[in-house]
Amino acid sequence: MSVVERILRRAVMEIAPGSIVNLGIGLPTQVMHYLPDDFDVQIHSENGILGAWKQAAPEQMDPFLIDAAGAYVSLREGASLFDSAVSFAMIRRARLDLTMIGAFEVDAHGNLANWKIPGKFSPGIGGAMELAQKTQRIVVLTTHTDKHGKPKILKTCRLPLTAKACVSRIISDLAVMDVTDQGLVVREKLVEISDADLQALTEAELTFATEGGTA
Amino acid sequence: MKKNRSLENAIAAIPSGAVIMVGGFGNPGTPFSLIRELVRQGQTDLTLIKNDANEAGHGVSQLIENGQVKKLITTHIGLNKGVIDRMNQGEVEVQFHPQGMLAEKIRTAGAGSFGFLTDIGIDSEITRPEDLLDWQGKTYKVEMALSADFALLHAARADWLGNLVYQGSAINFSPLMAMAANHVIVETPHLGAPGCFIPEQVHTPGAFVDSVVPLASLTSDYGILEHHVRR
Repeated sequence: MSVVERILRRAVMEIAPGSIVNLGIGLPTQVMHYLPDDFDVQIHSENGILGAWKQAAPEQMDPFLIDAAGAYVSLREGASLFDSAVSFAMIRRARLDLTMIGAFEVDAHGNLANWKIPGKFSPGIGGAMELAQKTQRIVVLTTHTDKHGKPKILKTCRLPLTAKACVSRIISDLAVMDVTDQGLVVREKLVEISDADLQALTEAELTFATEGGTA
Repeated sequence: MKKNRSLENAIAAIPSGAVIMVGGFGNPGTPFSLIRELVRQGQTDLTLIKNDANEAGHGVSQLIENGQVKKLITTHIGLNKGVIDRMNQGEVEVQFHPQGMLAEKIRTAGAGSFGFLTDIGIDSEITRPEDLLDWQGKTYKVEMALSADFALLHAARADWLGNLVYQGSAINFSPLMAMAANHVIVETPHLGAPGCFIPEQVHTPGAFVDSVVPLASLTSDYGILEHHVRR
């Protein structure tokens, strides 16, 4: 199983039946493909869709219907389409139950940085600040380290923040971690790895509360 | 009064230095034909207000690549590495807003108001001390309304009076921009006579629209982008 697949397979388990969920650009939008076709959920896409669903069949693909990442989505029964002001009213009025979002950096306080790497790669804020500040629950999906092997899960974020203390849970390719008042608590390991090895790949201090102890 | 205009005449109303709102979120809603005519006519020193920068070679990216854009007011340009490079090299000034704040600033101007109070981004580097307002024991961020000289929009259908209907995810910023810009130019592949719409289903009432440009057909840039198709 690839690193990405491992994250997505674990991430899909976060979606509770009956919920309204936003899936951010990058890894999160791919979570939709792991949902069973009859799963009771409404996917919100900030470009103005409630009830977005998996890519339509080729002959039904609509160039005027994409999700926020540009993928050609379909609509479920009961879907609605609306303008960007309504879409973000829905977000700021906290009608979304869950947002899964990517990160450049995330830290032990639940701070999130995902919009700006000064002078290098600044994709911009998009919907991230409002989603992060106003969604009931924020789950970050990220590789545990960056492409150079450096930790992305830090003591304190160094990049400009998207929002403070907004993250509830982090799902990496190695572990599931909750943000608590006592810092990051490892709930599950997704691979065979010792506590010490996982800590070595994580700048933030980890405490371990995994079922069945060290893998 | 009929608001039909030719593509050339409609775009010729735009001077260099204009502030222009452009509808669309990614491709859907982007008025590719109006933009191509603006590239052809060559007005410069433009300020564009659009959710994103489209993708390389498409839509507003053509204007930026052609050196006609001084400043881009936007939310996210992550799908256009070329524009990120131009921003880093100082060739185009880019101002980022949270997406719903950009929408609400435009909506506010379109409603004839001047600003609103929010807590979005209040703890982030996008908020300056002078943006804060203490009012009755709480601190808010003041967001000012955002208007423009022109709006360039794509509608799925329109009538001669300028009544508009959008489709799919192509609604996005268009109805907001139609209300916030002083001169609104709309392209559409389906221009009908008044009476062709069910009145309750009109998204943008014609009072907000100045020019309607009929398109003979939709060119390939309105079609499916192969690299976004999941195989």
